[in-house]
Amino acid sequence: MSNSENKISYISLIKNGIFSENPIFRVALSLCPAVAVTSGVKNGFMMGIAVLFVQIMVNITVSVVRKFIHPKVRIPSYMFIIATWVTVTDLSMAAFVRDIYAQMGLYIKLIVAFAIILSRAELFASKQKITPSFFDGLGNGIGFLFALVIIGFFRELLGKGSLWGYPIVDTKPLLIMILPTGGFFAVGILMGLFNWIDMKFFGGGGASGGGH
Amino acid sequence: MADVKKEHELIVTVSPHVRDEETTSRIMWTVNMALLPAFFMGFYFFGLKALFITALCIISSVLSEYFFQKAVNRKVTVNDGSSFLTGLLLGMNLPPSLWSFNPFTIHVPIIGSVIAVVITKQFFGGLGYNIFNPALIGRAFLLISFPKAMTIWTEPSAAFFALDAKTTATPLGILKEDGIAKLIEAFGDKLNLYAELFNGHRAGSIGETSVLALLIGAGFLLYKRYITWHIPISFLGTVAVLAWIFGGKNPETGKMLLFAGDPLIHLLSGGLMLGAFFMATDYVTCPSVRKGQIVFGIGCGALTMLIRIKGGYPEGVMFAILLMNCFAPLIDRSMKSDVFGAVKEKKK
Repeated sequence: MSNSENKISYISLIKNGIFSENPIFRVALSLCPAVAVTSGVKNGFMMGIAVLFVQIMVNITVSVVRKFIHPKVRIPSYMFIIATWVTVTDLSMAAFVRDIYAQMGLYIKLIVAFAIILSRAELFASKQKITPSFFDGLGNGIGFLFALVIIGFFRELLGKGSLWGYPIVDTKPLLIMILPTGGFFAVGILMGLFNWIDMKFFGGGGASGGGH
Repeated sequence: MADVKKEHELIVTVSPHVRDEETTSRIMWTVNMALLPAFFMGFYFFGLKALFITALCIISSVLSEYFFQKAVNRKVTVNDGSSFLTGLLLGMNLPPSLWSFNPFTIHVPIIGSVIAVVITKQFFGGLGYNIFNPALIGRAFLLISFPKAMTIWTEPSAAFFALDAKTTATPLGILKEDGIAKLIEAFGDKLNLYAELFNGHRAGSIGETSVLALLIGAGFLLYKRYITWHIPISFLGTVAVLAWIFGGKNPETGKMLLFAGDPLIHLLSGGLMLGAFFMATDYVTCPSVRKGQIVFGIGCGALTMLIRIKGGYPEGVMFAILLMNCFAPLIDRSMKSDVFGAVKEKKK
């Protein structure tokens, strides 16, 4: 019995990360990368993959060592763990996907400062066992990836008239959308849309507005 | 006994009890009327294109406000004339060349109207809550999104029904690219240049060209006291002074020559008159304190001249007003007048 209960809670952990506690659309954390790297689907996807990997590994590591960390130095310790995994990601991407890394290497290094990763480590992984921490990291990472791809989809389609670098229409329908201004427009409107969907169909009470 | 009101209808308030017929919708429709002379001049100079574009903007503004308010269950306030005014102002700020099938740019005014009404006004809570002037945000969005289509200017053509016209540069464009000598050459002599700029026979946006017609409308609004002199005069005055000081160029070296500019050209060209009298004075987005309105006007003028002389665009009225819109609440807060009878707190 307890086994099946656990399974349900794992699925709900993933669902929470993607929908009701989506890092960008619902919790409103890590909005800088949501604007900065989403000028195309490809960049958004790669960034999302990098964050997904870092988030899962950080959650697992923090969960493993949670009993050895003194509460007074826990934030610096988490930062060390995050920095380690970001360095791993950074160097691997530099080695294997060089053309993409040339475009967004700076932002990969910046993952170390993303609020969502530290917040999941502090709020969840430091109090939970390894398996739930893994699923929480998976859910939040996928939620982040999902948000970046959606924002990138609209910005690239409207701003460049292409998707994943392949042209769809030969004009630039709304040039402003690939400029930083367009990023704010896209994030704001999509956030509103997700709140509306949540309130209309799932009975939610609107965004929690970065209170976490 | 039938006239006796129920208890809750007898509201006791502090005097003075002034009754007035002025309502938001009455003011809005009056401003619409005051814009008509300038619109008719644009219609006269640019022909049917001008009418089509402006009508398209008005229709799509009103419709998008109506459908958005229906969709979010807000009270539908289309009748108050504010979305009509947004559409009219946006249409008057667009180049007449947008009405063209090849290249197809007819969707541009519609996108601008939807951005202006839905994103700039309704997303912030409707009329009275918007931070920026809706029509100007619509135009700024279009200028950045369609940099090519938004900067093709047509000559005021004699052929009234023609949908095609020769393209040319605006006076400010010529001034920026080729200098003042070329501009005077294009219009014959200096006196003719002033006269043409004043009556509006020049390239430009639909409603901005005729200074004469804009002044008639503005005079009417000033007479009705719907706008006060503070913003327009400080705006125009700053532009004139800065144009005189920094607007001049040494014809041989092309470097800036101090105190040799021509303020009249800067005052009469571009969207300055339309912006100063009809856009900067928007009740919602300008400071309400008189002293603050003067600061607001000076800021608008300074930014306009900064963009015109040093910036990448030939015209800067739009960005100047939008930037000062951000500061309007701050200006209001720092210039609040003292309450009558209040004692100032002593500093410790």
